[in-house]
Amino acid sequence: MIAELGLAALWLAAALAGLQLVAGALALSARGASLGGIVRPVAVVQGLLALIAFLSLVYLFAVTDLSVKLVAMNSHSLKPLIFRVAGTWGNHEGSMLLWVTIMGLAGGLVALIERRLPEPTMLATLAGQAFVSLGFYAFLLIASNPFERLWPVPQEGNGLNPLLQDLGLAFHPPTLYLGYVGLSIAFSFAVGALVTREVGPAFAKAMRPWVLGAWIFLTIGITAGSYWAYYELGWGGWWFWDPVENASLMPWLAATALLHSCSVLAARNALRAWTVMLGVVAFSMSMIGTFLVRSGILTSVHAFAVDPERGTFILALLAINIGGALTLFGLRARTVTEGERFAVTSREGALVFNNVMLSAILGIVLFGTLYPLLAESMGAKVSVGPPYFTPMSALFAVPMLVVLAVGPLLRWRRDKFSRIGKMMVIPAMLVVAGVLLTVMLGGVPLMPTIGLALALGLVWASVLPLEGRNLLRTPLPVWGMVTAHLGIAVALLGMSCESAFSVEKLVAIRVGETTEVGPWQIKLDAVEPVAGPNWTALEARLLMRYGDDGRVVELGPQSRSFWAPPQQTSESALLTRWNGQLYTVLGGEADAKDGRSRWQLRLWWKPFVTLIWLGGLMIALGGALALVGRVASDLRRIIARDKIEYRRERQGRAGRYS
Amino acid sequence: MRALLAVCLAMLGLWAVAPALAQEEQSTAPYAYRQLDDPAKEQKAEALMETLRCLQCQGQSIADSDAPIAGSMRSLVRERIAAGDDPEAIRAWLVERYGDYVSYAPRVTALTWPLFAVPLALLALAALLLRGRFRRGGQA
Repeated sequence: MIAELGLAALWLAAALAGLQLVAGALALSARGASLGGIVRPVAVVQGLLALIAFLSLVYLFAVTDLSVKLVAMNSHSLKPLIFRVAGTWGNHEGSMLLWVTIMGLAGGLVALIERRLPEPTMLATLAGQAFVSLGFYAFLLIASNPFERLWPVPQEGNGLNPLLQDLGLAFHPPTLYLGYVGLSIAFSFAVGALVTREVGPAFAKAMRPWVLGAWIFLTIGITAGSYWAYYELGWGGWWFWDPVENASLMPWLAATALLHSCSVLAARNALRAWTVMLGVVAFSMSMIGTFLVRSGILTSVHAFAVDPERGTFILALLAINIGGALTLFGLRARTVTEGERFAVTSREGALVFNNVMLSAILGIVLFGTLYPLLAESMGAKVSVGPPYFTPMSALFAVPMLVVLAVGPLLRWRRDKFSRIGKMMVIPAMLVVAGVLLTVMLGGVPLMPTIGLALALGLVWASVLPLEGRNLLRTPLPVWGMVTAHLGIAVALLGMSCESAFSVEKLVAIRVGETTEVGPWQIKLDAVEPVAGPNWTALEARLLMRYGDDGRVVELGPQSRSFWAPPQQTSESALLTRWNGQLYTVLGGEADAKDGRSRWQLRLWWKPFVTLIWLGGLMIALGGALALVGRVASDLRRIIARDKIEYRRERQGRAGRYS
Repeated sequence: MRALLAVCLAMLGLWAVAPALAQEEQSTAPYAYRQLDDPAKEQKAEALMETLRCLQCQGQSIADSDAPIAGSMRSLVRERIAAGDDPEAIRAWLVERYGDYVSYAPRVTALTWPLFAVPLALLALAALLLRGRFRRGGQA
């Protein structure tokens, strides 16, 4: 019953999306103008219907209704409630339903609150949003119906991969989806603005909160994903340039560029065509990411769907949406002028540089990710990995970071380096000091040296925009910018320290023996069996002492065996100090010739590695500050406008009656 | 990365049901989980391992994989480095055996040249974009 309700709601939502598209498009012509009034309400109701469909599916998972095929395939009645609920989007159909739901709700919210843009632009925007949604509704209803029934009803469900029974993982995909879908709103705004040729500061201001919001979620998603890989994989790596990781990095790169060009457009009415173009590109990257992860092309745990029908469907959607938007862009680009001009040495100049560099990095990541797939489809196998991605992206990232130090200090329109030269003395000295330091320590490769030196300089430079300001009266967006830039510096510092100073130790020792890694002394005190709800494990008791300070700390890395399905995982145990993290993993049992077995331990001392994720969170926090600042000032303006209207009305009435 | 994790864990699942096989791996791969005593040689070996692909996993180097084959390859690399072989010679030997696929190190070949042409093209495009933009901007 609930399943049918959900399916009906989904069909209705799809129908309303169709109506929204047709009405929005017709309302742009003189004859259809009367249809304009229904577009906004339809968008709101469409979002609510999608929400009903999604909640129905959540309910079906929560009560484990096994007569629904999707539930039977992916859930199990004995799972804890939180994982049953999270299981709703832990599969292909459910995650696509979550996607259209977020998209529908976001569209409804735009329809409800956005009143700054001229009405035709809004209608075109909502029509564009409906067009994209319609594609996804079709995908769901035709190729991946989440509410399909199963007969006969099985006794029990198939369960869920134990790897996915992790709270972090349960909420990782929705976070990224919020980011992806936020960019769909930017895309719709771009399409709307292209249709009506209304590309200006108002358009940028309307789009900016959505881009910011999407960007915050993407930042958090990427940071959390990286930390998850770090502690879960058990080898101490935190970024692998894996296609799935790249799929989330690419929209982030595009959104970062879009964010910056958006602020140029909002403040100076420049970079019009470029901003629209980035709006299209950013969402295209979201779709490419979804395609890579969802189509099964990477044959991974992410690619729950292995049947090619779905991959082809997403590819077709991708081609229609991106191709359509680019065609529109090609037709309209000439009529959207570039806007205001500016000199090389100016805030805009620095931001253009940032944009071009980010786009270049995006190009490299995109090409490096797709090339092996392309080669494979032609029968050849190529490996593209960290040794390619890291130096190639650094080629563009390093100049960009140098400009990041200077850019925020420059004035709009036209400026001179001589004005800010003095402020750059300390950062420059820090860079030199960083290089000298690493050279003196010796043995540090080139890349971490550059990273370390740059990061030190950036830490100082990124807070310079606050100099000479009254900190209490500094607008929130400025605080946001400073925090985010500082976050970049902090993360870069963490990455460089990790790759320059990490110490690795692989040993096989007997119980009672001691080993050293970096400044740590580690004693293997015992190895004991422990049991969990669906696993058994061997747990090592490690006693650790940092340097000569006497305090002994205990850690318990485990080697776990799950039995349904049979899998073995190593649960690393981490010890965090202010200056780094000790990372311990218990491997297998080594030879036991003389009766006392030796245990394999993998140990790492990673100085300042936690700065990587702290930096990531600071970047997200910066985005949040900027978002709060922008939304608050928007609200103040709306309230002021209402007040003025109210007064005018009252005065008018008073005038009539007196 | 979750992908590769899953595949490697699937391998480990196999590993768990076939302990005999695991034992064999252990005895034939003494350096899978053991470092070389000479730190300079170990560093050399690690640098090489980080650029070799684990053939059973999804996009993971042999330096950070639990798959048996990765362990065997690590052991092979360490033994050969200890015997004084040149890292590039070891890579060449592996590439000959397993194909280009095994190496992450960027090498320009008939198949991979676009990977290097694209950054160059991007660099040129970036320069062109910036120049055009600013020349026009400068006049204003």
